[in-house]
Amino acid sequence: MKRNYGMAYASPVFFWLSFFFVIPLAIILTYSFLSSGLYGGVVWKFSLQAYASLANSTLWEITRSTLWIAVASTAIMVSLALPTAYFIARSKSKNVFLLLVIIPFWTNFLIRIYAWIAILGNNGFLNNLLLSAKIIDQPMQFLYNQNAVILVTVYTYLPFAILPLFAAIERFDFSLLEAAQDLGAGKWQSIRKVLLPNIKGGITTALLFTFIPAFGSYAIPQIIGGRDSLMLGNVIARELTVTRNWPLSASISVMLTLVTTLGILVMLRVSGRQASGHGRRSAVSSQNAPSSDEVGIPV
Amino acid sequence: MKGSQVRIEGVSKRFGTFEAVRTVSLTINKGEFFSLLGPSGCGKTTLLRMIAGFEDPTSGRIFLDDVDVVPLAPHKRHVNTVFQNYALFPHLTVFENVAFSLRLKKTPAATLTAEVEKYLEMVKLSESRAKLPAQLSGGQKQRVAIARALINQPAVLLLDEPLAALDAKLRQHMLIELDAIHDQVGITFIYVTHDQQEAISVSDRVAVINEGQVQQIGSPSQIYEQPANAFVAHFIGETNMIEGPVTAIESGAVIVDGKTVGSVRSACDKKAFPGNPARIVIRPEKMHIGTARPTQPHNVVEGMVHEVIYTGFQSKYFVKTADGAIFKAFVQHSSAHAAAEAIRWKDQAFLWWDAADSYVVEAP
Repeated sequence: MKRNYGMAYASPVFFWLSFFFVIPLAIILTYSFLSSGLYGGVVWKFSLQAYASLANSTLWEITRSTLWIAVASTAIMVSLALPTAYFIARSKSKNVFLLLVIIPFWTNFLIRIYAWIAILGNNGFLNNLLLSAKIIDQPMQFLYNQNAVILVTVYTYLPFAILPLFAAIERFDFSLLEAAQDLGAGKWQSIRKVLLPNIKGGITTALLFTFIPAFGSYAIPQIIGGRDSLMLGNVIARELTVTRNWPLSASISVMLTLVTTLGILVMLRVSGRQASGHGRRSAVSSQNAPSSDEVGIPV
Repeated sequence: MKGSQVRIEGVSKRFGTFEAVRTVSLTINKGEFFSLLGPSGCGKTTLLRMIAGFEDPTSGRIFLDDVDVVPLAPHKRHVNTVFQNYALFPHLTVFENVAFSLRLKKTPAATLTAEVEKYLEMVKLSESRAKLPAQLSGGQKQRVAIARALINQPAVLLLDEPLAALDAKLRQHMLIELDAIHDQVGITFIYVTHDQQEAISVSDRVAVINEGQVQQIGSPSQIYEQPANAFVAHFIGETNMIEGPVTAIESGAVIVDGKTVGSVRSACDKKAFPGNPARIVIRPEKMHIGTARPTQPHNVVEGMVHEVIYTGFQSKYFVKTADGAIFKAFVQHSSAHAAAEAIRWKDQAFLWWDAADSYVVEAP
């Protein structure tokens, strides 16, 4: 009899995900339904108090600005990454450019954020440059606002948009663009009608890879942000360490996870539905059974 | 007559230091099925891509019915291309692939559907309209590519090795279909291929190209029976070639000293001078073979049968002369007994041919 080794092979991943993902998530979920202890920690008594406090108006404002920062920086990243990835994929020295994209990762994340203070600070590089060029007569406030957070978020996570888009564009058959132009499409039309639909998988991945870290951002708003750019990550940290309301910080975490998961599902659903559009039509053509895309399972 | 005349005037194309096309000039008539034939890398595809607008000539001009199209972008030219790898849009169904150019022109829905159905009908793909390209066979993909290019009603259809990816039988079949479609739509077809069989079987005229230069332009039979030079003779079909100095000139014929082969007499439509070298081409199917020495004084080669290849409808004999040269004779089996009476391997044999069946090509 043939033995099934599938479970044995999958066990490392199974234990890894259990210990570092499922169990911590379960702890957070449990804590969010408990009462807060007087000096931090939790009291093992069921309570919906944490979720009730979510209705707090300042929290909603922070959620809104968190969403705005995440959406804006994701949009900027993907629009910057598309032409960049296109350029790299068509270039003769792909490897050099890919290396340039990856090099920033060799420097610590926090150091790179602090570097922005050196550039944008009141006594920073940019202000000194503008002052010495007599364009301004006193330093401008670049730091500690929403735009600075968006800028540094874009800077930090841009490679996560470029890399999947590069992978998708490199697989793309560029003779299809010639075919489109041959059939009467202009340059932009051929990109919109032929290139973009064929690299949809890469675009979805780029959106997810940038939106998720941007939405859960903590360090960037902590270091670069100001009053208007407090994000949910900072609130969670504050509730955990300063206010010491563990159930509240757990409930915000749960909410963050839910919103992110919902976002992913919607996005996959949208790209899955578009892909299955053809499957549905071919189902009409008699011999083809409805494809699995019908069910909306993205591959 | 529909379609456009294509006039190529002194067109060259250089990629860095490599000259892909060297001052090519040729005129393709309205409604003609014209082939660009040559070995891979000879510049034929580059020439086609310049007509389509994907490459700009380094110098020279290309006219479509007296309009210089070189400054025009591909989508502004009234030509369409059938690409070698088909280049079907993988995210669109067969129907949408064919409808692509009409959608760009914002054709009303009813007209669009009718037109697409008409062209799907023409290439016998109505049943597959809802399939994606990945669900099609090679031949079907080819048909979609043809319908997609033709629906735009181009003045010229450019075909870049359209059958290269198909197997031999399907290739034959598609070739006949292509010819039928050409007769039906009546536009100019420019067909790029490295396969001489394809080119000479359907074309009105063929341009043989080598190393970026046109070697010969002519009807298929001219190219085969009266090759302009040794390259064309060797590239199209199989060939026996004899080189030697001209010893005598008669009206419309020359006598050449074929050295070990002896005296050779050949029809000649070129100016010849005694003492000048000449090359004589004899196609293998025009050779006779036998074991008894023929009576004619010229055009006899003696040797040993080095190889016999039986292909059913004919036998191919390869005869090796005393000095090691190989001559080919292809004998058609016009009756069932012919094969049995055939000459066998290692036999001593004679090859002979009629002076009118050989042709003098450009001297080296």
